[in-house]
Amino acid sequence: MALALLRREGVVAVGAGQAAAAAAIALFLLLFLITPVATVIYVAFTEKGSGAFTFVNFYDFARTDLFVRSFWNSVYVSAMAVVLASVFALPLATITTRFEFRGALLIQTLGFVPLIMPPFVGAVAMQLLFGRNGTVNLLLDDWFGLKIPFMEGLNGVVFVQAIHYFPFILVNLSASLRNIDRSMEEAAQNLGCSGFRLFRRVVFPLALPGYLAGASLVFVKVFDDLATPLLLNVKDMLAPQAYLRVTSIGIADPMGYVIATVLIAVSILAMWASAAAMRGKDYSTAQRGGGGLSQRRMRRWESALAYFVVFLILGLVLAPHLGLLLLSFATIWSYSPLPDGFTLAHYTRVFGESFVYIKNTVLYASLAGLIDVVLGTAIAYFVLRTKLVGREWLDWAASAALAVPGVVLGIGYLRTFYGVQLPGGQPLATLWIMIVIALAIRRLPYALRACYAALQQISVSLEEAAENLGATKARTVRRVVVPLMTGGILAGFISSFSTAAVELSATLMLVQSSSDAPLAYGLYIFMQSPAGRGPGAALGVIAVMLVAACAFLTHLVVERSQGAQGLSS
Amino acid sequence: MRYRIAALAALVMGVWAGPALAQNPTGKVTVSTSFSKDVTDPFKKAFEKAFPGVTLEVQNRNTNAGVKYVEETRANNQTDLFWASAPDAFEVLKGKGLLQKYQPKATGIPEKIGAFPINDPDGFYFGFAASGYGIMWNERYAKANKLPEPKEWSDLAKPAYYDHVSIAAPSRSGTTHLTIETILQGEGWDKGWRTVKEMAGNFRQVTERSFGVPDAVNSGQVGFGIVIDFFAFSAQASGFPVKFVYPTVTTIVPANVAIIANAPNKAGAEAFIEFLLSPAGQEVLLEPSIRRLPINPAVYAKAPADYPNPFKDPSLGARVKFDVDVSEKRTAVIDALFDQLITFQLEGLKAATKAIHDAEAALAKKDNAQGRALVKEARDLIAVMPITEAQASSPEIAGAFTGGKEKGARQAELEQQWASFAKERYAQAKAKAEEALKLAR
Repeated sequence: MALALLRREGVVAVGAGQAAAAAAIALFLLLFLITPVATVIYVAFTEKGSGAFTFVNFYDFARTDLFVRSFWNSVYVSAMAVVLASVFALPLATITTRFEFRGALLIQTLGFVPLIMPPFVGAVAMQLLFGRNGTVNLLLDDWFGLKIPFMEGLNGVVFVQAIHYFPFILVNLSASLRNIDRSMEEAAQNLGCSGFRLFRRVVFPLALPGYLAGASLVFVKVFDDLATPLLLNVKDMLAPQAYLRVTSIGIADPMGYVIATVLIAVSILAMWASAAAMRGKDYSTAQRGGGGLSQRRMRRWESALAYFVVFLILGLVLAPHLGLLLLSFATIWSYSPLPDGFTLAHYTRVFGESFVYIKNTVLYASLAGLIDVVLGTAIAYFVLRTKLVGREWLDWAASAALAVPGVVLGIGYLRTFYGVQLPGGQPLATLWIMIVIALAIRRLPYALRACYAALQQISVSLEEAAENLGATKARTVRRVVVPLMTGGILAGFISSFSTAAVELSATLMLVQSSSDAPLAYGLYIFMQSPAGRGPGAALGVIAVMLVAACAFLTHLVVERSQGAQGLSS
Repeated sequence: MRYRIAALAALVMGVWAGPALAQNPTGKVTVSTSFSKDVTDPFKKAFEKAFPGVTLEVQNRNTNAGVKYVEETRANNQTDLFWASAPDAFEVLKGKGLLQKYQPKATGIPEKIGAFPINDPDGFYFGFAASGYGIMWNERYAKANKLPEPKEWSDLAKPAYYDHVSIAAPSRSGTTHLTIETILQGEGWDKGWRTVKEMAGNFRQVTERSFGVPDAVNSGQVGFGIVIDFFAFSAQASGFPVKFVYPTVTTIVPANVAIIANAPNKAGAEAFIEFLLSPAGQEVLLEPSIRRLPINPAVYAKAPADYPNPFKDPSLGARVKFDVDVSEKRTAVIDALFDQLITFQLEGLKAATKAIHDAEAALAKKDNAQGRALVKEARDLIAVMPITEAQASSPEIAGAFTGGKEKGARQAELEQQWASFAKERYAQAKAKAEEALKLAR
């Protein structure tokens, strides 16, 4: 371990190019994250009415039962969601990466789909399946005269959040597992270690960067998420409290912004804690022997068990999407286990107008994803490989974006960029590129964590070797670091891309005309009326299919590149 | 002098030529609205047909986001119209000087609908459709749970409806806010809050957006919802098994439209308002997916037979004299009271209500005077308010919410006080009701 630390000290030559790149990223974050958010959130530090600077609002926060209760509820829900999400993600990740398993690629893709839950319509589908009078409970009531409160109270939030966000762990853990060098495992096996012990003592610890990246994301995301608690009508959690206060008009109340400040602080703290947990440990492996873990063939009963577990988990986590699919074909679905009838009318209704939405969604989300992996890779590199002053701050600032409510970012953008006029007199904030930047900022933490974990697994000695052979820093990054990080970068891209594709809260403030609108916005306008439910669900299905197809393609690329790596060495 | 004559002539010509010829609107008319696509699409189509060469650009935002948007973009406004239900949102915009005065030329529209003036008396925003509040329910749900059809607000307070009713938080939904305000004005402060809290004891949930309530009733997750009428009518029109009733204490209020100050396409904005108020525009309201009440009485001639008509049916909204000034002064206080006493204390309130229901059921079987007295005490403990009606609109308390000059208690302090006030009393009420239950055994 000491050796590892020493090695890390070794790679510190700070080039002017690096400093300039870091400064550019810092400027980007300052301009598009910190300034807009600060223009909104400074209210937390002012007295209502006079606007004088004060900390009294934080004092009030600590003295209000509701807020204190909300705080602890949020902590409880986030922690439990991480536990339950791990229960879903660990078997899927292990089975698909460690064993020869037919359909591993499909499972990786499907396991990823829960992350893409279109706003509103996803909630309706969930309620129709798992709600108090949803399919499951109506049938249970019919057969056994009992109901299970899946979606009630804090534990309901834990259940839904775990289903929704476990892909973060799955994606990052799988990328990490694939990156472990086979020689480590073989060495352990030669020393007589096998089975579960091998997994617990060697494989899992080596994959820890990926697991922690995913788990910390789940924790922070659940802590900051407001959509799910609100959909379950749980209001005494912190993020919903902030949202309810910020978006109610007529109440010029600083408390909403105080809560937002607390959310940001907790998010940074959680990220710092996960970084601290990794400090002083070296997870990199130097040799790139056989291209990732060896995949063991399973015995028959093992394979049966594996299929059973995989189908059980997939069935559970994909149930909401099945509900969505049913809803999109349903005529009327009300207080009954299944819809009254089926129709294609909803798809014909959205068919014409969905093209422009699809085009915009793919354009915005892929641009945002691209920006995110570029920034994510760069920030991860600066933090892990250089000694630039304040490099951690880049990481923390970017991660703080996770805690900024979308509506706060949206208002901040209007406030900061609406006054800036383009040559035609058009305000800068009305340009569609601003939607892309807002999406990129909001989804940057996902890509960043993935890139960070990928880089942690790469041994510095590989870069040193390249530099010893005469490669420049920039060339080393381009030819050695980035190719070795491919898996992590792509995992980051998928996370950012697919969640950006269904993002609504910031978009709602920034969309200026329906020709610039993404799918989530189109969905939103449908879901405000009873007749719009079916078409909304149809658009939701289109969104999920679209994102899933992109995720599948990306997985395919990962598999190919890993295969190629294995062959060439 | 010459100019003045010319202007006068133009004015006369304009009036004579009628709205369509007064100006020639062209180009893009941008409207920020909270109405769904089902409402805006038919209007867009009809408007663009009536004025060739004009396109209606619809920007969908919920009412709160829309107000914030107009406010944040005032320096370089690109929006022509604001189009939404809740009159209070328009009051906020008007108060901030974000609306433009206009005098609609349409004829045949009365001054009042029920007791509510259709247009803003100062001429900043105009009603174009009316809506009333009432109770909506899912027939399948009611049948499965053997629940009777409700008629009045107080019906929802009956034990049978425990855990079956849903409402949107008034702080989140302008329409629900008006419902609560209507009950308070119709029944008086103390009696009104008693009704509201007795109903609230039966709430299944308090949602954070207006449409959350009809959505839950439509899918049968909740049986009964307190909603604005068109949510129910349009759900019926889409085939959902739902019904709706107007209680006697209801008010009919207009949904509104207004021109935003410095509108880039003022002529287009005016043309849109005139279109909405014209018979052709009013008839669009009758479409099954919209189903709102026209404000032009003549248009009802073309409506389906069972269409509610507030101009003919005297029970619709005429009972309550809705006082806009009273409402406006205490808006934020009512919202905060509801949130602190009901929304965030729902668990305690429901536990107390359940205990009272159980005790009353037991007392009905085996009467006990002391038990009756205890239950009455418990009910009074739930009903009691932390502040009086006069205090609610006093400058000290209202100032805490709007950031007034007087240095009184801060909003957060008041809210904490009210919350603990309610929490304590609900716990006491529960204890008393449980005591009564023991006596009746």
